[in-house]
Parts: sequence; structure tokens; C-alpha cells
Amino acid sequence: MAIEVDVLKRVPVREQEPKVRATNFEEVCLGYNKEEAEAEATRCLNCNNPQCQKGCPVAIDIPAFIQEVKVGNIEGAYQIISKSSALPAVCGRVCPQESQCEGKCIRGFKGDPVSIGKLERYVADTARQMGIKPNGATEKRNHKVAVIGSGPSGLTAAGDLAKMGYDVTIFEALHEAGGVLVYGIPEFRLPKDAVVKKEIENVKSLGVKIETDVVIGRSVTIDSLMKDEGFDAVFIGSGAGLPRFMHIPGEQAMGVFSANEFLTRSNLMKAFREDSTTPIMHPKKAVIVGGGNVAMDAARTALRLGAEVHVVYRRSEEELPARKEEVEHAKQEGIIFDLLTNPVEILADENGWVKGCRCIRMELGEPDESGRRSPVEVAGSEFDIECDCVIMSLGTSPNPLISSTTEGLEINRRKCIVAEEGNGQTSKKGVFAGGDAVTGAATVILAMGAGRAAAQGIDEYLKSLD
Amino acid sequence: MFKILERNVLAANIYQMVVEAPRVAAGCLPGQFLIVRVDNEGERIPLTICDYDREKGTVEIVVQSIGAETNQIAKMQTGDCFADIVGPLGNPSDLVKEDLEELKKKKIVFIAGGVGTAPVYPQAKWLKEHGVTADVIIGAKNKDLVILEERFKSVSNLYITTDDGSYGRSGMVTKCLQDLVDEGHQYDLCIAIGPMIMMKFVCKLTKELGIPTVVSMNTIMVDGTGMCGACRLTVGDEVKFACVDGPEFDGHLVDFDQAMNRMKLYATEEGRLRLAQEEGKTHHGGCGVCS
Repeated sequence: MAIEVDVLKRVPVREQEPKVRATNFEEVCLGYNKEEAEAEATRCLNCNNPQCQKGCPVAIDIPAFIQEVKVGNIEGAYQIISKSSALPAVCGRVCPQESQCEGKCIRGFKGDPVSIGKLERYVADTARQMGIKPNGATEKRNHKVAVIGSGPSGLTAAGDLAKMGYDVTIFEALHEAGGVLVYGIPEFRLPKDAVVKKEIENVKSLGVKIETDVVIGRSVTIDSLMKDEGFDAVFIGSGAGLPRFMHIPGEQAMGVFSANEFLTRSNLMKAFREDSTTPIMHPKKAVIVGGGNVAMDAARTALRLGAEVHVVYRRSEEELPARKEEVEHAKQEGIIFDLLTNPVEILADENGWVKGCRCIRMELGEPDESGRRSPVEVAGSEFDIECDCVIMSLGTSPNPLISSTTEGLEINRRKCIVAEEGNGQTSKKGVFAGGDAVTGAATVILAMGAGRAAAQGIDEYLKSLD
Repeated sequence: MFKILERNVLAANIYQMVVEAPRVAAGCLPGQFLIVRVDNEGERIPLTICDYDREKGTVEIVVQSIGAETNQIAKMQTGDCFADIVGPLGNPSDLVKEDLEELKKKKIVFIAGGVGTAPVYPQAKWLKEHGVTADVIIGAKNKDLVILEERFKSVSNLYITTDDGSYGRSGMVTKCLQDLVDEGHQYDLCIAIGPMIMMKFVCKLTKELGIPTVVSMNTIMVDGTGMCGACRLTVGDEVKFACVDGPEFDGHLVDFDQAMNRMKLYATEEGRLRLAQEEGKTHHGGCGVCS
């Protein structure tokens, strides 16, 4: 049955009902089917000078793949995307398209932009069901490259290098590959077995080896990988996984968690399942501190574990750093937003358990140099929110373990690795870096862009050795 | 996969295993630990390293079965494999970084309690190999729970004390330390590893005695690499993560009451009852989990 298309409006995507999904961990967005995808694809103007492609950090040839979708050629569409992206099923789901490809779509000037993300996801999901794999290397190149970290930047760099013919090994500290894709982003946004594992298998199918349970800086150092294990180049994509706390009174009370801990327990260790051996607190009423995507993920996870959830954020709704779609989803599910509010103390009962969160009202002051209005406390406006759990989601910074154990690797004052923008070259010869380890916490797709640039940089460097 | 090459029962509910883990064995130093996962459904749990053999690529772990995960480990036999062994984690003991000549001048006493006896062994052994013979006090509830006695005898001056006096000296480790000091021993450094409550009382005593004391903090952990803060504790005025800043800290600065409290986070009523039943009269809440 053909779908009638209003060129000004997106073909809507099917989603689980808010009331239903608030009680399960299954994916919220159900994605397009064939008819919907082909109908949406007809909205693409196939521009000569496609702005959307410029908005994509890995520069996918968007109009070209959409033309293939329009005529039902999934294999063709998939191979076009996979020339530029190693993780299309992931990016189609978690990219902030509104500020990237879709933000630049000509259709968006008058009406809705083309749903590029949902189309990319449709292609990747369908290709997976059809058993289509990315094309591998045509020639072998005689160099070994080590990739530190199996998150988005590492997987992208590894995939690109393998396609160039290099012998690539990824070293991952956790027991499962994927980085933030497996421990951070919840199942209801990004299914692990059905999507993440399969995308990682695709990277492996290019010949990439993955060694889990290796903590670089502890199990082995970068210097010894290069000196003793024969790696000619190294890419550091170790991310920014060190959680920040507020350093306010009561923060060590039982029931206070970093979002990283709460999400790792739930996502990586599957603690949301009844049969999991890893425990997780099932809060009755939880306060999530922060307003980013991680805060939304923690809030919606706590909700699904049975809690009434308050997101406490010190600025106003306009400044929420989380994606609009995530904030909307959270609201639909019943998350309460306490804006212009900041915790000053965590209150504990006589047994050391959280019993409340003392907050203060904020107002926005004058814009600072960056143009952002900074929040200022309103004197005497303290009030208590009764709760049994507080989850700190204040951002993360790079773990210093790698930089402190690698000789001659320069870092900046934020503990981020210093690397050249175009090619990821660090201060150490043969060592490249990219993703959150260089920029501090950012997005999946930016990390992938950095991984891709570094793969180019590594290729040039290795060619110079030959 | 990480294969078990050897398995022995050291005491009731305490098991020793030699496991293939080449990367851990190649790099580990005294004071460090590892994280294991039994199978793909398993939880990540931190365990201490009791010994290692770089040539053979093996590490030796000692584990006490006290809950779902460790009970499962207890059932594993030679030839079985752990799904994951990650490490070495944490900082090596300060001892291995110190100037050897300075170290040789020091009189060092180790205090080991319960299953905490295992991680003391590589430290005492390392010292012996570098020409320093330390005193070691092992504390156990009774004779049957004393572990690794022969191996400690070969690397240290060993004193054993049991709560019920069934073997060696009688009383808790703190009494033993006080007695040794009263007998004329002088110490420049004390290193205590065991249940938190033991470390707390050792620190109380050594503070009075003026002996600098290092403790190894066995907090709740998830990843063990610094990414979650489950293991955080207060040392002096600072919040530290035991997995990356420790596990060893200045015992006189650790907030033990807070750390013991945090151990209760996932303790269940059921678990507490079971422990109380199993341990009977000797139950003193030493683990910090059930008190």
C-alpha cells in the first residue's frame, strides 16, 4: 500500500506507546518499514551540492544512498554508507541529526528536513537482516596497528585501517567491546544484542582482532606494545570515562551513584533483568543531577526500574544539552524536570542512606564570554526534595591512566590528549588519538569522525615508513 | 578464556587457584589486584593476587566463598575457565618504588586477617627477594582458618594468633601487635590487609603507637578502572577511587566508618542472616557487610 507523502512533512516513525515503554527496556523507536522508508526517500531533492553531506562528520554520500532506498536497492545503499561509516545502525539511532545532516537539509527551510537518520537506520537494519557485510580490503599491507579502546572512535579507526589492508588489533579494558555503546547508552535507545554486537561483528569481519580485558597502562603499556609486540602505530580512542562528582556534603551516602556506575550496572551488566547476578538499586524516588544525554539515559533507566524521577538542572529548558528528541521522550514517559535548581547537600538518614536532596533555586545571569548565561544562586531559596537515590550526571573527563604511563604523550590542563585536528597525530611519534580522549565528552559521531581522520593520518605515516 | 591449572582447598570455604592469565602475570606487582567474571552471565568481582609466575604466565588467586559469585568460583575445578580476568589493577605497593637502601633500614610489620592474608604474601615475598625480612602477623578465628603458614615461614618472621587461642598466640591481631611492641619490637611501618573492621582497629592502635600504617581498601567495585566511582572513599579531606588511586592508602587518614557503611549497599537481609547462622558465635561483623 503506497503511503501518501506531504513533501513538507516527514513520514512519521512508529514508536512504542509512552505508558507501555516506561515499564520495559525494549527499543522506544520502532523504525521505518519498507513502504515508509521508500516514501520518505522520495522527499529527498537529490541536490547537486548536498548540504546534508557537509553536516555529517564522516561525510556519508547521503543523496546517493537515499536514491538507492527509493528504488529498493538495500545492498547498494548499504555499501555507499559503509564506505564512510562503520556503525550506521548505531549512528542512525543516536546521532544528533538535528544539528548535523538534517540540520542542513534544504527541505528543512520550509517544512521538515528529510529523516536521514531514520533512513540510515532502516538501511543498516535491513542489510543486517539480509546478511549483507561491508566490503573488506583488496590488498594486504605489512604493518601492525594497535587501537586502544573499542568505542565509536576506535571501531571506526580500526574498520578504516582494516579496509586499507593493515593488521589491526583493538585492546579493550572491559569484557565486552563497544565502549559507551555497551555500557552507557541504554537498551531502549540502542539494542545491544540485535544492533551493537552485530555492528562489531561487521568490523571483525574486516579482519580486525579484538582483545578484551586489557587495561592499557596496567596490563601493558603503549611503549611496550610498540617496542615488544611489533605495533608500528597506535591509535588512542580511550574516551572520557572518569565521572565528576559535585563535592557537596553527603555525596558518599548510600544511594548516591555516578551515572556511569548506574548505567554500567544496568546496560553492561544487565542488572535491569531479574536474573542478573549484578545488583542495582531500584529507587522509589530518584533525583538525577544534570541535563545532558547521559542524564536523560539515567533518568529513563531509573524510571523503568520503578522510580518517580526528577531531573534537577541548574539552567533552564532552553539550555538543556540533551537532544530535543530525548527530552521529549523523557517527558512523555513522565520524567519531572526541576529546572533552574541545583543541589547543595545530600541528606542521609541515621543508617547512612539517602533521604533527600537539598537544592537551591537558580536564576540566569548576564551572558558570559561564550554567550551562555551562567546560573546564579537565589539567596535563601533552599528547599528539600525527598528521595532515596541521587544520580550524578555532571559529565566525565579522560582517564589519566594512559597518558600517565606513556612516555612523551602531551596532555592539556583538562587531561585531554593533545592531537592534531586533521590527522590525530600526538606529540609522540607513531601515536595518534581521537574522540573523547582528545575533545572531552562529545558525541558518538564526532568520535567516529576523529577515528576516520586518524586512520588517514596513520596510513600516511605508515606509508612514509615504507 | 582463562584456564584453572591448579586448585586447592586452603581452609573451609577458602580456595586457592593457579590460573592462566599471561598479560596479568607479565605486569603485576605486589599490591595490585584483578577482576574476574566467571561466565557471560557473571558479575565482575575484585580478587587479590596471591602470587604470580611470569615465565609460566600464571597468577594465583585466593577466594573465600561468601556469596553467589564466589560460591560459583568455589565449585570450579582444574581445567575450567574464567570468562574474564582483568588486570593487574590498582597501584603497586609503595614498597616496590622505594629506594632499596632506605627500605633495608626499615622494620616492617604486616598484619593479615582472614582471606586478606593472601595479598600480604607477594609483598613479604618481594621484600625477602630484595633482602628485607619483615614480621608478619596472621590473625584467624581458629586453627582451621589459618592459611599459607608454610609459605609465610619461608619469606618472613611469622606470628600467628587465633581469636579462640586454638593455635599460636591468643586474641585478635591488635593484641598480638601490642604484645610484640611490649616485648621490645620497634616498627617503622605497618601494612594491614584484612576485613575493614580489623584495619580500622589496627589503625587506631598504630596511631597511638606512632607507627605509620598502610591499609588496602576492599570496597565495592564494578569496572575497577576508574570509570564509575562505586569504590569511592574519603581519605583525609579528599574523595578517592580505591581502584585507581589505591587500593593502598594511609590508614590514619581513611574514613573507615563511612567505608564500612558503603559496603552495606547491596547487602540483603537474607545474606546477613545466613552469615550470622554460618558463623555462629564467632560472628563479629568483621567483613563490614553485615554489622
